[in-house]
Amino acid sequence: MIKILKYTCFDMLRSWWSYAYFLFYFVTSATLLNFSADASRAITSLMNIIITLCPLISTLLVVMYYYSSREFIELLLAQPLKRSSLLKGQFIGLAGSLSLSFTFGLLIPFLIFGLLSSENIINLSTLIGIGVLLTFIFSALGYLVALHHENKIKGFGTAIFIWLFMAVIYDGLFLFTLVLFNDYPTDKIALGLSFLNPIDLARIIMMLKLDISALMGYTGALFNSFFGSNTGLIISVAASIIWVIFPTHLFLRKAARKDF
Amino acid sequence: MIEFINLNKSFSKNLVLDNLNLNVSEGKISAVLGPNGSGKSTIIKCLLGLVLPDSGQILFDRQPIRNTWQYREKIDYLPQIARFPENLAISELIKMITDIRQQQGDSEALIELFELSPFMHKKIRHLSGGTRQKVNILLTFMFNNPVIILDEPSSGLDPVAIIRLKDLIHRERDNGKTILFTSHIMSLVEDLADEIIFLLEGKVYFQGSKEEILQFSDKPNLENAIASIISGDIPDPLKKKHLANYL
Repeated sequence: MIKILKYTCFDMLRSWWSYAYFLFYFVTSATLLNFSADASRAITSLMNIIITLCPLISTLLVVMYYYSSREFIELLLAQPLKRSSLLKGQFIGLAGSLSLSFTFGLLIPFLIFGLLSSENIINLSTLIGIGVLLTFIFSALGYLVALHHENKIKGFGTAIFIWLFMAVIYDGLFLFTLVLFNDYPTDKIALGLSFLNPIDLARIIMMLKLDISALMGYTGALFNSFFGSNTGLIISVAASIIWVIFPTHLFLRKAARKDF
Repeated sequence: MIEFINLNKSFSKNLVLDNLNLNVSEGKISAVLGPNGSGKSTIIKCLLGLVLPDSGQILFDRQPIRNTWQYREKIDYLPQIARFPENLAISELIKMITDIRQQQGDSEALIELFELSPFMHKKIRHLSGGTRQKVNILLTFMFNNPVIILDEPSSGLDPVAIIRLKDLIHRERDNGKTILFTSHIMSLVEDLADEIIFLLEGKVYFQGSKEEILQFSDKPNLENAIASIISGDIPDPLKKKHLANYL
């Protein structure tokens, strides 16, 4: 697994994708820090970009990488290697190298602007943490989609739909449910529903950490009042980790039974 | 060494292998032939563990291969489509596969044989289809393992490279290796194969030497013999006799 991981990272280091991704975060983060009065506002704006963009790029890149290396995966599977080691290695290699591009893209401008006060460090690491979690979650979902669909068009279509659903449609459905059951106590439903969307969870983690109640949103406030800030944080991080493990387990199970 | 026992495989409702039984002759070059969809690629992929059979088993060195991967240390495989990570150079790719296989490979002689030295440090994406196939061949033959599986080995190669490939395959056979290959080019089959395994509708329809298949079909050459079997143009008594022998 380590070898495959190493070579996937090596391949990604040679690809312009990694650099473009790094450059995007670098430019965005530098611009926001330059124009914002204080770093925590820049962090909030960056969060909104990250929770939308990390899932989209990870899902699409993984699906694209899988389809373009389909024949090479076949060749590797014919080597004396365990199937699950090969796919785990590739998955961690891809999600890991995306996470690195993203981390450096955010971190370097903060270093350049000398904004590493202890409060900023905590907020920035939380921001990087949720970005990395989202990258791993959506890379695993990407593998799941790509392994299910031999047809590239269907694969890309499903990947984009999953992103659209989690990033946009889910919020609409969420609000619709709350309005529909307005006459009933909906707190627990709302709390339960927010566990089902990793993007929501990422937002909650960040808001609980930043402790900006005005930006917390309904579910963030619920988490805060229900569990308290710290317990809420632990629970939402744990739920996000389950969101990494569950799709990873599913795609590995799919791969074990798949005909290549 | 390699034995397929009562192998069945369907893709959705399409039955590809129908209770197939086959014993691959050791130390020979065997050509797997058959019309499109007869199961040639499927048996190769089943042997490599890429496709999982619905039932039946495959024995490698008398051991069932299901859920194991260590037996692949003894197999060198040349896939039909040569696609490698585009951002790697040939030399890096050789290093990578050697590292993954954890086997000592000898690439120098093959680099010279296929005149690949000028391309060694070029990225794969800048190589032509024929050169990629040469790289594919190099990665297959650089290791010294007892079984070699080749899927359409001559595709995209120029005549000089084809002649060198044939010599290479013969040399490996003379070294005692078992070689299994598929090809649509009958002249290559004629030059290489010691044994022909003919698949039809997911079963082994014929297994024997070139001379036997010519006799079996009553045709002057292999191309016509194969065409007549595929089109069903075989005199009935012969067919019955051979079916009784081989099925």
